[in-house]
Amino acid sequence: MTIIVTGILLGGTYALIAMGLTLQYGVARIMNLANGETLVAACFIAFWLFTAYHINPLLGLLVIAPAAFVINGAIYWYLLKPLVDRAKNRGQLEVDSILATFGLLFLLQGIMILAFGGAYFSYTFLAERFMILGSPYGLNRVVAFVAAAVIAVGLYIYLFHTRQGTAVRAVAVDPTSANLVAIDVARTAMIAFALGGALTACGGALLSTFYTFNASMGVVFTMKALIIVIMGGVGDVRGAVIAALVLGIAETAVASLIDPGLTIAATYALFILVLLFRPQGIFGRQQS
Amino acid sequence: MISLTQNEIRIGLFAAAVVAAAAMLPLVDQGFYLSLAVNIMLYAALCTAWSLFSGPTHLVSLATAAFYGLGTYAVGLWIDNLPYPLLVLLGGLGAAALAGIVGAATLRISGVYFVIFTLGLAELVRQLVSWSQAKYSTRMGLYVFTDIREMHIFWMLLALTVVVFLTGWLINRSRLGFAMEIIGNDETVARHSGIDTARAKIILFMISGAFIGIAGAIMAPRYSYIEPPSAFNPMISFLVVIMALLGGTKRLWGPLVGVIPFTILMDLVSARFPHHTYIVMGIAFLAIVYLLPDGVTGRLEQLRSWLRTRYGKRETAIEEKHA
Repeated sequence: MTIIVTGILLGGTYALIAMGLTLQYGVARIMNLANGETLVAACFIAFWLFTAYHINPLLGLLVIAPAAFVINGAIYWYLLKPLVDRAKNRGQLEVDSILATFGLLFLLQGIMILAFGGAYFSYTFLAERFMILGSPYGLNRVVAFVAAAVIAVGLYIYLFHTRQGTAVRAVAVDPTSANLVAIDVARTAMIAFALGGALTACGGALLSTFYTFNASMGVVFTMKALIIVIMGGVGDVRGAVIAALVLGIAETAVASLIDPGLTIAATYALFILVLLFRPQGIFGRQQS
Repeated sequence: MISLTQNEIRIGLFAAAVVAAAAMLPLVDQGFYLSLAVNIMLYAALCTAWSLFSGPTHLVSLATAAFYGLGTYAVGLWIDNLPYPLLVLLGGLGAAALAGIVGAATLRISGVYFVIFTLGLAELVRQLVSWSQAKYSTRMGLYVFTDIREMHIFWMLLALTVVVFLTGWLINRSRLGFAMEIIGNDETVARHSGIDTARAKIILFMISGAFIGIAGAIMAPRYSYIEPPSAFNPMISFLVVIMALLGGTKRLWGPLVGVIPFTILMDLVSARFPHHTYIVMGIAFLAIVYLLPDGVTGRLEQLRSWLRTRYGKRETAIEEKHA
């Protein structure tokens, strides 16, 4: 029971990160391998705001999310959109975007290592006990989960109950047809990419309240987010949430029952199962 | 029977001369230049082997570190019990088996899954190795003591590179190479003309992986102390991708063009500015995408065809005169 609750609490943060990536990949068609770097950057900014100015990380989100939105939007518009325009087919774009975001990954990681070194960072925020079903959990984890849930509900309302959100979903399904019904595909893709970055940054800021982070851990989170995205079905926000919770539970179970050093192995085991049985994702439809 | 054209014989003789000249190097210098040459030779073998698969399929494989580490570990684990050449072979077989499993799981579906899967593969194998070592053995690292010296490693890597080149050349002439060319151009066409695309890709990936595993096994005596984080260093995977794409993967010798300057550059950077290696790699990736989409050799060929259309008339006139 403890494992399941801890797993779900962890999965809440994973869900935010994965929703960010699924928007970037599913809508903007950019496999953003530098996604984890956005997360780590947000961790450091939250850390800096908290230690230097005593700003509550939850309030810090109000700064971090818009900043990530603007920066990711600019990255898409100036760096990645030229690749979208020049690509002759989907495969070409995939290879180009993978390589370009690798470049970003190393560049950002290199800058952060220069700035902070390889050391691990953490800060104490709401490190109190919180009882759920008779067992104690860290209050910071619970708060992070609630915040993640609130953000996820906000995203859901945006995607399913606003005009612009509908446009985003339309582009995810088919960019060419979306263009035919007068949706500005390039602009929608930029918004989706920027929004994805903002979500990931929120995930990072929340993660930093209970997790020890360092400048070079981005790739591991990118990896986990990618697997969640595939499990949930590319571009499918609801699938990403469920898959994130599954991954959170699986990881916690392996870490506490077998060995904490095997979390990647747990992730991979899930990944292989998905590839073998449901390569289109939990909610995905079989492609013809 | 393999028949050679005049041109191929000429290229073969030239290559043999280059290899012979390179093989002389340890007799000239045994210090800094030999150690740099070992690095260059290692990446020459790795990048060429990588391009065997990733060149025609356009799938970016990041599994290099996993195959390489497996080769290194095969030597580290059994060096006291089995003869070294057998272990090198075993490293290759182990890597090929891993490549087969990865290929069977991902290459049937779509390219992106393959990239994602290989991205974390080295980390996965590292975790499994660390875990099983912690569980079944008391020590973390492995010692490799042999009387193999730097120059022997250099010669072995040189021989490996030659073998990789020959294999690549033979594949290009074979049915498999022809199938890969069609798959690279249009996979749907390939499937419709009766090519088992998944099988062809898996076989090629296994060949490429085996060579990388062998390279890891050859390098094992150089480290003398092997532990999981250094053997499965993910940087190897990324460096191989950068160097191979920098040179260009359309030609067999393309990766070499990237390997030599970039190995020297990385050597300089890691010696003088050790904290800037990531930034240099980031810039290299961006440069490949935005400035050199087909690598240096691709740019050279563009230049050649541009010159040919520009001065083409005169050339054909001269050729006609000769004929």
